[in-house]
Amino acid sequence: MSATKQSDLGLRIRQNMGFSIAVLLFVIVYFLYHLAHPKGFSSQVLVQNSNEVFSLAMLAMAQTVPVLLGGLDLSVGAVMTLVDCLASHLLEGAGPSVGFGIIACLFAGALAGFVNGCVVVFGRIQPIIATLATGAVYMGLALFLRPIPGGKINEDINWAMTNALGDFAETVGIFEDGKAAWFQPIAGVPTALVLLIIVALVTWVPFRRSVTGRTVYAIGSAEGAAFMSGLNIAGGKLAAFTLAGLFAGIGGIFMAIQTSSGNADIPMAGAYTLSSIASVVIGGTSLLGGTGGAIGSIFGTLILKVISFNFRVFDIAPLLQPLFEGLVLLAAVSLGALSILRVKNQLELFR
Amino acid sequence: MIDMIKKFSFSRLSRDDKPIAIAATFILVILIAGTIYTLDRFGSAPLFSPTYLVQQLQIGSFLGIVAAGMMLVILISQIDLSVPWTLAAGAMTATAVGGEWALPAALVVGLLVGTVNGLGVAYLRIPSMIFTLGVNAVMRGLMVAQTGGFAPQTKATDLMRYIAAERTLGIPHAIFVWLAVSILLVIMLRRTSFGRSIYAIGNKEAAAYLSGVPTKRVTIIAFILCSVLASLAGVLLAGYSTKAYQGMGDAYVLPAIAAVVIGGTNILGGRGRYLGTVVGVILIVLLNSVLSIMEMPEAGRQIIYGLVIISMLLVYGRGEKATS
Amino acid sequence: MTTRDANDMLVLKGISKRYGGVKALQDVDFSCGRGRVHAVLGENGAGKSTLIKIISGVVQPDEGSMTLDGSAVSFRSPAAANDAGIVCIFQELSLMPDLTVADNISISSPPRKFGLIDAKAQRHRAEELLATIGCEDVNPLMRIRDLPLSRRQMVEIAKALGKKPKILILDEATSALTSSDVEKVYAMLARLKAEGVAILYISHRMHEIEALADDASVFRNGRHIETFKKGARSNDEIVQLMIGREISAHFPPKPAYEIRKPLLEIRNLSWENRLHDVSLSVGRGEIVGLGGLDGQGQKELLLSMFGVLKRVSGDVLIDGVPQKLNSPIAAKSAGGGIALVPEDRKTEGLMLPMSIAENLVIASLDELSSGIFVDEAKVSNAVADAIQRLKIKIGSPDDAVSTLSGGNQQKVVIAKWLMTRPDVILLNDPTRGIDVGTKQEIYRLLRELANEGAAILFYSTDYDELIGSCDRVAILYDGRIISELQGDAINEKNIVAASLNIAGQKSEGGAHVGH
Repeated sequence: MSATKQSDLGLRIRQNMGFSIAVLLFVIVYFLYHLAHPKGFSSQVLVQNSNEVFSLAMLAMAQTVPVLLGGLDLSVGAVMTLVDCLASHLLEGAGPSVGFGIIACLFAGALAGFVNGCVVVFGRIQPIIATLATGAVYMGLALFLRPIPGGKINEDINWAMTNALGDFAETVGIFEDGKAAWFQPIAGVPTALVLLIIVALVTWVPFRRSVTGRTVYAIGSAEGAAFMSGLNIAGGKLAAFTLAGLFAGIGGIFMAIQTSSGNADIPMAGAYTLSSIASVVIGGTSLLGGTGGAIGSIFGTLILKVISFNFRVFDIAPLLQPLFEGLVLLAAVSLGALSILRVKNQLELFR
Repeated sequence: MIDMIKKFSFSRLSRDDKPIAIAATFILVILIAGTIYTLDRFGSAPLFSPTYLVQQLQIGSFLGIVAAGMMLVILISQIDLSVPWTLAAGAMTATAVGGEWALPAALVVGLLVGTVNGLGVAYLRIPSMIFTLGVNAVMRGLMVAQTGGFAPQTKATDLMRYIAAERTLGIPHAIFVWLAVSILLVIMLRRTSFGRSIYAIGNKEAAAYLSGVPTKRVTIIAFILCSVLASLAGVLLAGYSTKAYQGMGDAYVLPAIAAVVIGGTNILGGRGRYLGTVVGVILIVLLNSVLSIMEMPEAGRQIIYGLVIISMLLVYGRGEKATS
Repeated sequence: MTTRDANDMLVLKGISKRYGGVKALQDVDFSCGRGRVHAVLGENGAGKSTLIKIISGVVQPDEGSMTLDGSAVSFRSPAAANDAGIVCIFQELSLMPDLTVADNISISSPPRKFGLIDAKAQRHRAEELLATIGCEDVNPLMRIRDLPLSRRQMVEIAKALGKKPKILILDEATSALTSSDVEKVYAMLARLKAEGVAILYISHRMHEIEALADDASVFRNGRHIETFKKGARSNDEIVQLMIGREISAHFPPKPAYEIRKPLLEIRNLSWENRLHDVSLSVGRGEIVGLGGLDGQGQKELLLSMFGVLKRVSGDVLIDGVPQKLNSPIAAKSAGGGIALVPEDRKTEGLMLPMSIAENLVIASLDELSSGIFVDEAKVSNAVADAIQRLKIKIGSPDDAVSTLSGGNQQKVVIAKWLMTRPDVILLNDPTRGIDVGTKQEIYRLLRELANEGAAILFYSTDYDELIGSCDRVAILYDGRIISELQGDAINEKNIVAASLNIAGQKSEGGAHVGH
């Protein structure tokens, strides 16, 4: 039986080649980064990196779900911005009102996603154009909430979330204010990183193993066959977009906490959306749907971000950085082309 | 004559013509709504004046040229997200090179970008959404490195200004350029084998390939045309504003896609008439302008823009269910 | 004139269904009994598919009623029909290519643990079901995409069995199976029969129906014509019931066999491990058939001659001149032109949303243009000619080609290629899933084209076709030609023997191949 277990693991790795490569690539590049960094392998650097990565990682998770359906969500950046602006109003105070504020923001993100789903399912409009339009509406709402950047976030929350677990414990007053002996080894772990892992474990992993999650993969693989098998197509699509909205909302909440303000910046939202698509592809999810996953997309984000971190550390001229980033992105998405060279029957190139 | 009148009955319009008629009607609605506002507010109706309409067409010609190229790529089930920085590159190249080689140099830049896009999509089979995204990033990198991150100091040449801003018979030349591009595109799509190949590929690339259609060549040419047109639009835009600037193309890509789709072209490819794209461009430009006259804040404008796209698509007749 | 069985399980009364202006089914009474295999026969457009779709819940009838085991039923969806015990295995598979075998088999109601899918239980279930049809070698963790077509169909069957059917419907379900897998399916059907399951079987393969069916029903033009027991009607009578008119001969007469100078010659063709050292020649005026079990390289051989496969070793010569075939474009202009009518007309032969006219001319754009402009007058003439020559039944040339029946669609594909006036015509199973009437027209057309000087090579899964229309038949086994038959040697016994490689050696001509 162990022989089959071994070959099963090999099978799984081969089936998820893109993901495996992404993880490997990330590990190598990040290791190099820490080697080259003057303060490498320290909690401080880790915290700084985690904070920078979190929102885009959430957007990458958000983008993954509609892409698995075989579609796309061009509104993820806008939803994040909308929730960011909403949070800058609701998270000002202290105590329980902040708790309600966070819940309201999560709900707003999920609702925006649900509306996207409704337009796609009941309006029967293609996702790419539907979300292009809803994205504009959400940006408008964000601008309505914050015509100019502003707002304020509870300072304690800002401190707790953008630092390490020790600081979090201290702020919240648990584990002896973070000084407990057993707590020390993990006190330096960034809060943002822990939050990312918790979100992935609590939402994505169960979703993927649920019937609805599998329905999403089925729709992306062969929608007609999924219907014939009696799967709830509408439900799967609605769930996918709603989940995307929820993830984008989480990203927005964190962004508000991190920047301590709300900012409705259209070009920035657009840039985030496009970066989320790049993250998804680099992480091994196919734009055609049916294969991949959100964990891979997180690694896609990490790779993108770590490459730009490396530029800082290796002291590349700032003027050349965008060019290098662009070339690396192009190279990364072109990696998939290598398999094309092996194709012997040209009919397989067309779907 | 009677046949023409019969044709105008809405219900008998073909699937491809219906969106065009609806969009055109909506343009009238926008103009009327705007006029009601201006009558109320200013006591005048400038929206139906030739001056205003011509000016709007001039502004629309930049978007129109970009949308023309984008339509070709969408028709073959692809997309070109490298338009923003190809447009900027065209503008910056033209202003940097100057003299009589300004325009040709810009077009060559478009040619090169389009070729890279086409090769990546046709030969390497990388999804166009992500490949052109990467190319866009590279173009941005090149331009930033080239110009030091600032707007180029060189100004638009006199020729550029002539083409974009000058007028003959009261009509700005930019509109003539758009018209010329449009005529070329309509002829190409309807009367040449290249045009038929485009629709065939957009409908079922495997069947087109097996019928001996040169799918790779057609794909590359479509991307080249899209990038060249984007570059041309950049040159015109630089001529109009007398210089090039960072990020000048960013505001054009999503509206171009929206214009193509509002005009009735299927986002998945294979179907759509060029006239629809023209009508879509005019609709977007007028909507923008009227909302600005109404002094609507950016928030409201974004919301209305999004709602307009959705409602038009809902009215056109939604996509078929994937199941039967 | 229907025979009623004592234990009628499913009874349909007065069922009618229209699609737009077309009556797909008209006032149909139909019933099938427990523990019996009931074949459903009829041309394309006869209503078989609609009948099956109504029974399995994919569509609802406009009129009429259904009773199952005496109680009235009406199914709003395939899932509802499944719940009642009616399971259908469709021709177009209902599997998701990117999901695993285990996922696909348990797609509808998977075993669950804490509300999530229990992967381990699901895997066991898949292993069990696959074992019941003799497919223990399929690893449940494999993705459907990575399985060959025959295995995929077996997974589809396992999936259907998992739903514990009371009525099992097979709609051309064996068309892609290797013959060993077909045997496994027959065994399974026998077991189900013994358990009292009612089986509805749609197939165009007469020998299958003869082997399996206890009862048979013929449909024509949306009406139920007759139901009869096994053996009550001869094949000719059955075909007549299906077509409704006299047929004199199935196949046009063949000319006397003669050795011809080759127009198309294949020498030592090899590709990957699918084709090994294949050599074959086809002369002008000859119709050569490719036979053998499914998946022995016939498809790949045709594709290699059309420039679709890369890195093919060996030579293809036309009129003695070696050709460089690296794309369909090159094939079209090789010698006097090569044409290929592909395997799947819906995804490879036609652009379904486009018009009939547009589809007809897509391979001849160069000939129909002057310069870069397409000559519209030439196009209309060519379109009208093609429609007339092949007698394609259409409303208007501007209608979408998706509105045509399967047979007429295939005619459009063939007409498209005839417009290029090719010397060599390759066809990949051209009459699969097509009604008898159109098949005959196609056989007649092929002989006409051969007489006009074309060299025709076609792959068929139908023995009758190979026997009736081919001057020579080459049987492939494991990517090699192991037998070439000509003249009187082309008969079912020899073809079957060669297909199964019973003779064990490459042989040519003569009548001695046998077992």
